[in-house]
Order: sequence, then structure tokens, then C-alpha cells
Amino acid sequence: MSAPAEMGEAESIVASPAAGRLPFRGIKLGTISQTLGPLASLIILSLLIWSQQDVFMSSGNWLNIARQASFNAILGIGMTFVILTGGIDLSVGSMVAVSSVLGGLLIFNQGWSMWPVVLAMILAGGLCGLANGLIITLGRIPPFIVTLGTMQVFRGIALQLTNGQPIFDITKVEPNFDIWGTRNFAGIPSPVIITAVVFVIGFLILRYTRLGLYTYSIGGNEQATRFSGVNINRYKLSVYTLMGLAAGIAGVMLTSRLNSAQPSVASGAELDAIAAVVIGGTSLFGGEGTIVGTIIGALLMAVIRNGLTLMHVTAFYQQIVIGAVIILAVLVDRLRRGASS
Amino acid sequence: MQLSSPGAMMSDTFPSAPVLELRGISKRFPGVVALDDVAFDLRAGEVHVLVGENGAGKSTLVKILSGIYQPDAGEILLDGKPITLPDPHAAQQLGISTVHQELNLVPQLDVGRNMFLGREPLRGAGVIDWPALYRGASTQLAALGMSFDPHTQVRGLGVALQQMTEIAKALVAKARVLILDEPTAAITMEETDQLFRIVTALRDQGAAIIFISHHLDDATRIGDRVTVLRDGQLVATLPMASTTQRELIRLMVGRELTQQFPERPHEPGPVALKVTGLSRQGILHDISFDVRRGEILGIAGLVGAGRTEVARAIFGIDRIDRGQIEIHGRAARIDSPGEAIRLRMALLPEDRKQQGLVLPLSVADNIAMAAPDKLPSPPGLVPPVRRARAADRFIQALRIRTPSSRQRVVNLSGGNQQKVVLAKWLLTEADIFFFDEPTRGIDVGAKVEVYHLMNELLARGAAIVMISSELPEVLGMSDRILVMREGRIVSELDGRSATQESVMTLAAAAEEDVA
Repeated sequence: MSAPAEMGEAESIVASPAAGRLPFRGIKLGTISQTLGPLASLIILSLLIWSQQDVFMSSGNWLNIARQASFNAILGIGMTFVILTGGIDLSVGSMVAVSSVLGGLLIFNQGWSMWPVVLAMILAGGLCGLANGLIITLGRIPPFIVTLGTMQVFRGIALQLTNGQPIFDITKVEPNFDIWGTRNFAGIPSPVIITAVVFVIGFLILRYTRLGLYTYSIGGNEQATRFSGVNINRYKLSVYTLMGLAAGIAGVMLTSRLNSAQPSVASGAELDAIAAVVIGGTSLFGGEGTIVGTIIGALLMAVIRNGLTLMHVTAFYQQIVIGAVIILAVLVDRLRRGASS
Repeated sequence: MQLSSPGAMMSDTFPSAPVLELRGISKRFPGVVALDDVAFDLRAGEVHVLVGENGAGKSTLVKILSGIYQPDAGEILLDGKPITLPDPHAAQQLGISTVHQELNLVPQLDVGRNMFLGREPLRGAGVIDWPALYRGASTQLAALGMSFDPHTQVRGLGVALQQMTEIAKALVAKARVLILDEPTAAITMEETDQLFRIVTALRDQGAAIIFISHHLDDATRIGDRVTVLRDGQLVATLPMASTTQRELIRLMVGRELTQQFPERPHEPGPVALKVTGLSRQGILHDISFDVRRGEILGIAGLVGAGRTEVARAIFGIDRIDRGQIEIHGRAARIDSPGEAIRLRMALLPEDRKQQGLVLPLSVADNIAMAAPDKLPSPPGLVPPVRRARAADRFIQALRIRTPSSRQRVVNLSGGNQQKVVLAKWLLTEADIFFFDEPTRGIDVGAKVEVYHLMNELLARGAAIVMISSELPEVLGMSDRILVMREGRIVSELDGRSATQESVMTLAAAAEEDVA
């Protein structure tokens, strides 16, 4: 077939009657500036806390902050994918619980060794995510409703599996299980290393793969993406499965950290993850945002908690501050956009 | 076509003092001067048409007058007194109402409630006097010559009736200055006639009306005076009776467009797409046609005749009940757009922003979207560098005016957006193109560019199916014309011998004539 494939470079296709005109109206600030806001808040807040508490700036404390942020950051990375497509996943906390409980049972009751258990925990999360994706795409039900339902279902499964009882002292049976949550490698806490790996994978997927391109475009305009021949369901399934895998990894990390598998663990984790994503500048309508922003969002939340704790502010006040910061972050973003348009 | 309205004479003979006057209005955005020292005046009892290419500054002017933007310099006078319009509410309070291109109605409410939204008649203490509201609505609608029930849900109304509702709403707000932004862009000729009757009646009652349009036919028909903007500057304000469409085009683009529909050598090749007996329950009935390489098949018809549905069905968006499709002589089953793309078909949809583009994404991402496998990269990967390189090629070849391939398409003008959609399909190496309303909402200069690009495709052996509501475009570009009515093809005409009248007669004929 002699296709009219591509227009040759030098070919003058049409004498442009309006050449030389100003080409567009209203330049928007680039994508870098999307993360500048949260980053600036992070820096300013850190300096503020530092001015009150010297110990805050110590490398030990920062490693502490990074470790505290990592659980939320991993969930946030998965959540960024979901939110970029214009979706939401409320079931992540319950998925973490399923993964955690499954790990405890496999170690205690089945006597599995560590690596297969870890793999099974991650895959369990992935399966939960896949289930979410299947119901959302095949049932054509809004993700909010589907995951509101599966949040209960997954939590129920986790509770039923252990009759509501926690499984303690995992390291008694599997002494090396603490490598995922408590140990340091080269002075860096393992959760931070795991988060870094997940971040790099997430970043590469978003930037270099079709899945990444379509994650943005589905959220930006699902119809136009479908009309471009993209199998929307396939990519949505992938995104919810990725979210599940991230929850599975977070489950491994948390189980190791707590040295126990608890069916009631990580309740409310979905809201922290969504908060990190939103503070990081990702639009809840989808199509715009970065996981760099999400990492900053998760760090910001950890810095606030850490800093306030250092300043002996009660956990109740911390909650008030975090809540205010979420609203403030979106407000600042709105004002910034308003100013540039 | 040059229809002068009686009003044009009137406002020449009885010039009244301006109701609204703009002096030295300037507005800058980062990187561009949208309006530069523009003067404009509007008198009671006139329809003042505002024309200009996309990006000329019409929308900015409208947004300043409706209180959405604040001018950087200049003053606005109402009845000779300087005013400020800090927000849309202030503009409405002063009697300046705007019917935007994107209508601002609440679809879940009925016509009456929409008309009185924010101005509900009260029985005191916040209790709404519903009977009074619906009486008022009926009266207002009747005054506009509209006979529909104010209890009708807005959701169920067509664009034209929604527009009427907006106009009625403006009258409820006691508008003295009515701004109509592209009111004829999405309505049929008949509906346009009705709109014009209403606009004329309002003018004769003393309303001052600003009318923005891309359609010079409409502009010359309804306008008493016309103001031409170009690149944010005032070019001229003229009585409509003393100018012509040709002169207006010249003023708009800055030079004469000698050939609006470029000539091309006519030598159709073998059949590229053949459709037989295509049917979809209640929508399409027994659609059969073919289109050859090197030829444009135009599809004309009224809005709702099923033209877009034909393209959607062939492209695998809508399921079909019956019918065969042959691509280059081979039978094809197409159940998804992905399959259509593999068969090298392309669809440039009528609603560019909703169906053709992902607005928040960059030019490069939009272009790469339909054919990531055509970028030189390992399977599954679409490295940004490759996207940008491919996009740069098309930016150059199609003369897409954008600062870079990283620019978000939402910031491009309509014509350039359409070129991005075309670039997307060129990257898929498609050779059968469906152009659905290819020049809707884009300016005169960009239109001609699109026509040239279509001819370029033909020269390279592509087959084009063009759906259009603009008759001059259908007649000027098509080799053959299918006329559709109520989901059926009622006639096939030769592109050279068809006339606007012959097409319209077939498209709009009454049901009994069909048998």
C-alpha cells in the first residue's frame, strides 16, 4: 500500500496566510512548577521547625522522617496512577491488611519460607487491585463506589482469615523477616530503600511507557483516548493492579515493621495516601500530576508529624494541622492556577 | 451571498448615542498582547457584529465586557459614565448579559427555573413564588415567539432551544446589552433563521446587541455594523451595508484569500472503502456507499441526520446490527477503534475538544497517542524524546503554531488544535480519513490550510469522507456528495453540479416526498 504516511520535512504543504502571528494565548507554567509549590512548603516548614528544634535537622531525624513517610509514599505512588486516570481507590488500607494477614498465616500455619511469602503478599495485593479493576471496567461502576465496597470486603476477608486475631512475633518463626521494615542497609532504613525502588519503577512507567502515557490521557479525556484506538479497560485494569501491588509491598513493609500481622492494620491509610497525592499537586479530576509531587506530599505530612512531635504537640493537634495543610495545599494550587490564567 | 437587512439602513439614518463605549482597551497575557488599544461602541437598536480570526481578541473583548477579565488599560463607559466590571455579577447588574458559546444552564432544572436562576420572585422570607415564576417565564418566552413549556427540562432540549432559554434568561435579567458569542456555531440553518428573527425583534425594541461569529454569511445577514479585529488590534468599524464578505475576509486575514477552495487534479483511484447495507437499529438504515483513493466523498444533511453516526459505526465506536465493510477490497470486521486504526482508518471527530484531543496533555503526547508503535522504540515504550521528535516533524510539516511540542494543546488555537488531531492520524499512517466537521470553530485562514492539507492527503493516495454542515465547504471540496436524512442516504450528487439549493432540498425534504 502506498500510504500517505508522513509529511516530508522540507515540504511546503500550504502557504500559511497567517504565519508570523502570535501562536497561542496564555502560557501556562510548566510541569516543573506543579511540584514547586509543595517543595517550597516542605522547605519553609522544615526551616520553621528547625528554628524551634535543633535536633530536627540531624541526619538521624531525617532518616526517621523518611522511614515514617515511606509507607504512605508507596501507597501514594500507586494512588497517583489511579488518580491520574481520574479514579480513586478507597480499599488500599484493607488491601494492606489482606496482604499482612496472608503473610502471617503462610508463615505460621503453612510454614512457607520468607521469599515465597513476600511474593505471595505482594501478589495478594495485586489480586485485590485486579478485582477492583475488573469490577470497575466490566461493571462500569464508578471507582469510588466499587472501592468503597471492596474496602469492606477486603477488610472482612482479613478479619475472617484470622478470626479477628492478630498474629504476633513473626520473627520467632522467620527471623529474617525484619529486613523489610526495621533494618538499615548502609545506614539507610530498608523501607526508604524499598520506596526508592518503587518510586523509580513508577517514574519510569509514567514517563517512558504506553501505560504511563495512557494513564495521563485516560484521566485527561477518556473519550478522546478511546477514539484514538486505546483499549481503555486494559490500561485501567493495569493501573488498579499496580495500586494493589503497591499495597502488597506496603503490607510486607508494615508487617515487618510491626513484627505482626494484624487484620485491623492500616485503616484510614487510603486517606493518607490520597492526601499525599493531592498535596503533591495531582488533580483529583485526573490527567495532571506527578509522583515526584506525591513523594514530596508524603514527606510533608511526615515532617509535620515529626516536627510537631518534637515540639511536644499532641497527636490530636497534629491531626488538625495535617487536615488544614491538605486544604491549604489545594487552595494555594488553585490560587496559583488562577493567577496564571 | 449578500443579504442586507433593513436595520442597516435604519441605524445609518438615525445614529443614536452609544449605550456602551470602550476606549483604549488593552489586555496582556504572559507572552501575548490579546487586545491592544481597542475602541468600540455599541448603540441602542443595533446589531454590532464582531469578526476576526481565532486569536484576534474577540473572546477577550467579550470576557472583559462580561466581567470575567479585567482590562490592563482603557475605560468602559455605559451611557457615557465610566464603569468597572469586577465580576460577571456586576456586569449583569448593569444590564450586560452574555450568552456564551458554552451555555451556562443547569441541565437538571427546567426552563423556567433556569431563566429565573438567582432572580426568583419571592413571597417574602425566601419563599419562592412558583406560579409567578412560571407565569413570568411563559410571558417572556411568548414575547420571544417561543411556544414551549417552561416546565421542560433543559437537559432534554437541543442546543438551539437552550440558547433561546439563555436569551430569555438575559431578558429576565433586564439586559440592555446582549452579547451573543458564536450563537450559530452549533445550530441548523432553520434554527439560525429563528434565532435571527428573535435577534431582529429585540433590536427593533431597542436592545443593543453584540454578535460574534465565524460565519460571514450570518454576520452580513444580521449585522448593522461590523467591527473587525486582527491580532488584538482594531482594524475597522464599518456599516455592514457598505462592505462585502470578500472585504471582511481581507480585513480579517490582512490579505486577500484568492482561493478559498483550492483546485486539484481529479483522478480517483481504486475503491478504498466500500460499505454495504450498514444498519443500526433506529439510527442508520441500509447505508451503502464507496469512496476511492484520491477522492473526497462529502456527506451533507441536517444535524441529526445520522452523518456522524455513519463514521462512528464504521470506525468501531458504535456497534452495527447489519452490513458489510470492505477495506481495499477485503471484508473487514471492525469492533473497536483500535481495529479501525490497524486497518489504517482515521477519524477526526466533530467535537475536537471532547473527542479529538486530551487538552491537558502536550502536543507531543497527543500526537503519539494513536500510534505509539509507529515511534522507533522497543515495544511498550514511548520515550518522551521520541514523542517530541515525531511531533517536531509534524509541527514543521503542518505548520502547527506552537512554541514547542511540550506545549499543552489546551493553549493552542482551534485551527492548530485541528492540525494536532490530523498529525495524530498521520502518524498512524492512515489512508482512509473521516473528517467530521473539519473546520468547525476555526478561522478563515486556518480553514484554507485544512483544505490544502486534505488535498495533500488525496495526492498521496488517501481516501477522504468529509462530513460537514457548511454547504459551501461540502460543495467546494467534494467530488461526490451523499445527502442524508433521518438515517438514510437519500441521494448522491456530483460535486461539480450540485448547488446549495439542491442539497438543502434533499436534506430537508418532508417525509411524504421520500416515498
